[in-house]
Amino acid sequence: MNKNIFTNIETAWCPGCGNHSILSALKETLNILDKKPHEVLIVSGIGQAAKLPQYITTNGLSGLHGRAVPPAAGAKIVNKKLTVIVNSGDGDSYGEGGNHLIHNIRRNIDITHFVHDNQVYGLTKGQASPTSDVGFITDIQPNGSNNTPLNPILLAIALGCGFVARGFSGDHEHLINLMIEGIRHKGYALIDILQPCVTFNKVNTYQWYQERVYKLGDEYDTGNKLLAMEKSMEWGKKIPIGIFYKEDKPDFHDKISFLKEGLPLVDREIDFKKIYEFMNDFR
Amino acid sequence: MIYNILIGGAAGLGMETLALFLEKILKRNGFEIFVIQDYMSRVRGGHNFFQIRFGNEAIDSHEDTLDGIIALDQETVNNHVNRLKSDGFVIADEETNIVHKNAYKLPLKSTAKEIGKAIVYGNIALGALLSLFNLDLNGIKDIINEKLRGEVAGQNIKALEVGHKMISGKYYLQAERKDDQILINAHEAVALGALASGLKFYSGYPMTPSTGVMNYLAARMNDAEVIVEQAEDEIAAINMALGASAAGVRAMTATSDGGFALMSETIGLAGMLEVPLVIVEAQRPGPATGLPTRTEQGDLKFAIFSSPSEIPKMVITLRDPEDAFYQTNRAFNIADKYQIPVILMSDQFLADSTRTIKAFDFRKIKNNRYLSTEAYSTNNEYKRYEVTDSGISPRIIPGKSADNLVLFDSDEHDEYGHITESAKVREIMHDKRLRKMTYLKEELQEPLFVGDENADTLLVTWGSLSSPVREAVRLLNKDCNKKYAALLFGDVWPLPDKLLIEKEKNIKELISVEQNATGQFASVIKECTGIVCDNSILKYDGRPLSAQEIIAKVKGGESM
Repeated sequence: MNKNIFTNIETAWCPGCGNHSILSALKETLNILDKKPHEVLIVSGIGQAAKLPQYITTNGLSGLHGRAVPPAAGAKIVNKKLTVIVNSGDGDSYGEGGNHLIHNIRRNIDITHFVHDNQVYGLTKGQASPTSDVGFITDIQPNGSNNTPLNPILLAIALGCGFVARGFSGDHEHLINLMIEGIRHKGYALIDILQPCVTFNKVNTYQWYQERVYKLGDEYDTGNKLLAMEKSMEWGKKIPIGIFYKEDKPDFHDKISFLKEGLPLVDREIDFKKIYEFMNDFR
Repeated sequence: MIYNILIGGAAGLGMETLALFLEKILKRNGFEIFVIQDYMSRVRGGHNFFQIRFGNEAIDSHEDTLDGIIALDQETVNNHVNRLKSDGFVIADEETNIVHKNAYKLPLKSTAKEIGKAIVYGNIALGALLSLFNLDLNGIKDIINEKLRGEVAGQNIKALEVGHKMISGKYYLQAERKDDQILINAHEAVALGALASGLKFYSGYPMTPSTGVMNYLAARMNDAEVIVEQAEDEIAAINMALGASAAGVRAMTATSDGGFALMSETIGLAGMLEVPLVIVEAQRPGPATGLPTRTEQGDLKFAIFSSPSEIPKMVITLRDPEDAFYQTNRAFNIADKYQIPVILMSDQFLADSTRTIKAFDFRKIKNNRYLSTEAYSTNNEYKRYEVTDSGISPRIIPGKSADNLVLFDSDEHDEYGHITESAKVREIMHDKRLRKMTYLKEELQEPLFVGDENADTLLVTWGSLSSPVREAVRLLNKDCNKKYAALLFGDVWPLPDKLLIEKEKNIKELISVEQNATGQFASVIKECTGIVCDNSILKYDGRPLSAQEIIAKVKGGESM
């Protein structure tokens, strides 16, 4: 196993799946950022996208469905030197893991969350996901999905997320740039990545996305929250991709002085004498 | 000699502070103390009380009969006066409706108003109580000055002084002052034990009765440089702790009952990923909301089997604050050594009973992280799940070495952590994980044996009931011809069975004592050893089982 580059490992994804492009964009991003494999921890939940840590030579943790973000948060808090990335699907990130998404955006931990959003469940073979369009017909939604699709971009902006972007697996260069910016951002960065599922989503195909996506231009102001919210509601004939909103603010570590200063917690020794003195509380 | 005093009133009357003052002053006078708290699940009002047992001999339990009551309201009198011994006393406000030969009806409320702070009327009663026991006010002034500041401290002290003059001395009790005593509950002891073990990360979701662990850690967060994070739910709490542990620090979470149910999937994950994790499960009467502020030992089997499929794990039940401190340290070492989840079980009774114990001996604390020191290279690659004889794979910390990557995988995996569906690999890896249980059994601590070596009747109990059972056996052997003994289990899974098998051969009757309705521990004993208990003493009304109740049931032969 060659660990000096982010090696190619045979995947179990379908040919043509958007995951391939996301994986190769991530490898290129890490190379461009000059990250060494051992400096990176990629955390996932369960799902097709969540197999990604298997296919890249970095540290990895595949946890439970919907629970990718909490272990990522725990790892980053205790070792600020690690570059911590979450790669998981729309079901994992927005369905089962919705609560953790909400509250870790609030915590503003310095992790980058890539959501492989194909608007469908792949691993369990084709059920509606939180981002499926209304009317999306599946085996268990024979009348079409009735639920209002979750808008991850609007949700993240509303929660005060400091970096909110949307990418498209079909635009590799653009995606790499988003990934670079997202990883560089200090704080929680959410990048929703549109990708086709060639097996279970016959509606939102590569072509479907290709016809609709357009890039937010240079004139777009990423610091304007109201504009960002307005833009995030654009979905249908035209779908914007790019950075919707960006704001630098103190992250989790900045707000706790003993975390911000000094060594990562994992490298600190116990101050045994101090702990012994705590016993005086009970005398 | 032991006295048992109850302080009762509505929530919000400052009773906790009052009880703390009394506990501290009694402790500093050298008395042994055992305090239980009974409170309702509400912030204001309701009926709440503290029972403070103190004396100059060992105390292992609370007791139902009372020597004295400080009644801060009418309800306290109504609810408890019938529990007074014949020569017991009541201290209450003059306007309280009470018929008792030893009632001290004192102008508490009016005097408090004169002092200028209505709430200090409890302190007036406390001053009177101290006078009754011929205890001076010197020590308590220090205690008040440690806890309160400025005018409030002055008013509190004034109230004590006034109260002290209202009654003259009646009881004389002396104890030798000891310097090496502390007054602590089991959850504070767990928290302190965790800090002494090098805890760096705690995440939890508030749930009674587990919250005391988080409260103490949070109070020490900045001094100890330990992260104490309130998670969005119990699933997040345990998963954050798991991530922190995977990244290399000692991490812990604590919860109760339903919160523990939410954590159970991740307990399985910790077993699969082979990530060390310490989980405190403070039991309360469930299921669902149950009786949130009461006690039970209803989760024993649930804890033992708290994971999908089969994983190696250890369950240690905490017997008392002293045990809690040392066992917490042991739990971290075992979790690290075997890379497994270790569950520490307590309950509301332990969480809310404070007692005097010998100060912890920090020299007994051992911290071994069991990290691999091997130099890995291209020819000797690091394998997160290397198959070994012990089942324990070498552990390294992610990010520490440029040549070695760590891949934790929730899927069935090969030695590198790569996903597999191979039938053969599944068998090999499942066996590898479960093999750790074989070695873990060598670490087990046999239960404590107390009582008569030639006993006819052997009681078996676990966790928090160890203290009342110990006291019950002591008292039974004092005044019965029949001889009694008990095995007090701390470790329950895997079950240490050597001492039980040995003792069981020579006795006539084996009785399990548990705070649940179905005799869960008796059932675990039967499963593991084939030994069947002849009788059970069970209580599941949410109130702690006292030594006196155990004695009554043992003597009455009503043990069913």
